[in-house]
Amino acid sequence: MKKIFSRPESLTAKRNIYCSGCGHGIVHRLIAEVIDELGIREKTIGVAPVGCAVFAYDYWNFDVTEAAHGRPPAVATGIKRVLPDRVVFTYQGDGDLAAIGTAETVHAANRGENITIIFVNNGVYGMTGGQMAPTTLIAQKTTTTPLGRDPKIAGYPIKISEALGQLEGSVYIERVTVNSPKNTIKAKRAIKKAFQNQIQNKGFSLVEVLSMCPIAWGVNPVEALKWIEQKMIPVFPLGVIKDKDLTAKGNL
Amino acid sequence: MENRILMQGNHAVGEGGLQGGCQAYFGYPITPQNELTQYMAKRMVEERKVFIQAESELAAINMVFGASLVGARAMTTSSSPGISLKQEGISYMVGCELPGVIVNIQRGGPGLGNIAGAQGDYFQATRGGGHGDYYLIVLAPDSVQEMYDLTREAFDLADKYRNPVIVLADGILGQMLEPVKIVKKNPMSNFSAKKDWILDGCKGRKPRMVRSLLMGEGVLEEHNLKLGKKYERMRKSEVRVETDNLEDAEVALVGYGISARICKEAMEIARQKGIKVGLVRPITLWPFPEKVIAENVDRLKAFLVIEMSLGQMVEDVRLATNGKCPVYFYGRTGGGIPEVDVIVERIEKILK
Repeated sequence: MKKIFSRPESLTAKRNIYCSGCGHGIVHRLIAEVIDELGIREKTIGVAPVGCAVFAYDYWNFDVTEAAHGRPPAVATGIKRVLPDRVVFTYQGDGDLAAIGTAETVHAANRGENITIIFVNNGVYGMTGGQMAPTTLIAQKTTTTPLGRDPKIAGYPIKISEALGQLEGSVYIERVTVNSPKNTIKAKRAIKKAFQNQIQNKGFSLVEVLSMCPIAWGVNPVEALKWIEQKMIPVFPLGVIKDKDLTAKGNL
Repeated sequence: MENRILMQGNHAVGEGGLQGGCQAYFGYPITPQNELTQYMAKRMVEERKVFIQAESELAAINMVFGASLVGARAMTTSSSPGISLKQEGISYMVGCELPGVIVNIQRGGPGLGNIAGAQGDYFQATRGGGHGDYYLIVLAPDSVQEMYDLTREAFDLADKYRNPVIVLADGILGQMLEPVKIVKKNPMSNFSAKKDWILDGCKGRKPRMVRSLLMGEGVLEEHNLKLGKKYERMRKSEVRVETDNLEDAEVALVGYGISARICKEAMEIARQKGIKVGLVRPITLWPFPEKVIAENVDRLKAFLVIEMSLGQMVEDVRLATNGKCPVYFYGRTGGGIPEVDVIVERIEKILK
């Protein structure tokens, strides 16, 4: 019998701490599969964030560090500028990337740093107990918006990927999700492209992954998949936001 | 005749860093250290090394974190308000045992303060500075020559202990011009060869992780105790101090950095008047040269501490004397400079 499915070499055997129905495990695996497929495990350096994925270094079987909250793009910049032939990526949540680390994100993109960012957007601060994220939807209840996010008090869900797409330095930005097998396959394709871009020295690539957080959303794991479809995608539409390859050909 | 170059203090720090093997520099403009970032912008590119003008001091120190993580000798420089922002990254670097050099060309504070030279960041520098339980070696130059020498040597010390090192100077030292003897040395010391902890891709070895999050019960305590042993080794091996005229002195002036230069002049004037004055100039502010203070408590009538602050190092002098000798203080704050005449008057008053 032929073995057709197994753990990627880039993933450790350690059991993760993620809640049932959480999207992080899927995204970790997609990254590991891509790194295996590109044959870059031994030259990859990952930067883990502060947030639920803070322990990501336990789950990946390659060199990983952990940055202060919001600082992964700056740390990745330091790494990549010293070792330009290595593959450097950051894995960041919405709070890390689009709140406390907005400056680092914007300026890494604007400098056109040749790094890859995997941005996991689940609209909530999971690790600290379900507080409002910069990407929390209008009227979404969180532990710091108990009556629902009121834009008069708390502003609007930030579309950071669209904003980053406006910068000359960014090369490729796509929003994907992992709420269905079909979407997960598309997500993997985007992640792979974001890594390939770096290998080909194209520059700053970011993939935003809409991801499930059933616990903080107060729904069960199956409902969380629909939640993405019904609530998140209308605000955060899927698809390629920027691709200099396509714009060069006049296709975007 | 030895070859000496007239250099500005800020430039001397930059050149010292280069001779110390600095491979990556990250800065953000702030007065009174702008000439330093500008100098590095030119020199690092000439030497085909990494230079980035970061978007903030936070980003700059985290770029140092990244560069150090992969084995490069990395440096960032700033002035007081910017150093406050860097404290987050410095704390993480200590936790992760990453070397690096941070230079503080101090200015007046608190807040935006002013752009005059000051010494208000002594507490911050010598007590760790950021959150957590840690120490850093703090080097305090008192001349442009030492700006050069100590920055160069800071890289070796950082690598030796896998801990960031701070060079604590001030706006006056940064701006002034003095002749500097350029000592070239092998920019990569033998410490670099031993970097078997860096993240450079796991080719031919097991993957590594570098982190400061240690959640298991007792794990962080164990880690901090290990760091504590490092601090003990620094305390034993790295104290640097200049003393002068202590043999027959009745009063010892204690000052560091630019204040020590003022003390030296005051000492000379007092000596001309027949007053027996000595000098203790800490070159490492941490570890503090407490031994030389303690050894002299019985012979001296008093210590007079001179600082450009409301009195910070004076506390370390008091701790070192352990109540066995009176400690007096004269300082100016907010960019004020202690006056030689006032120092001499104070000495005369103490001895009356």
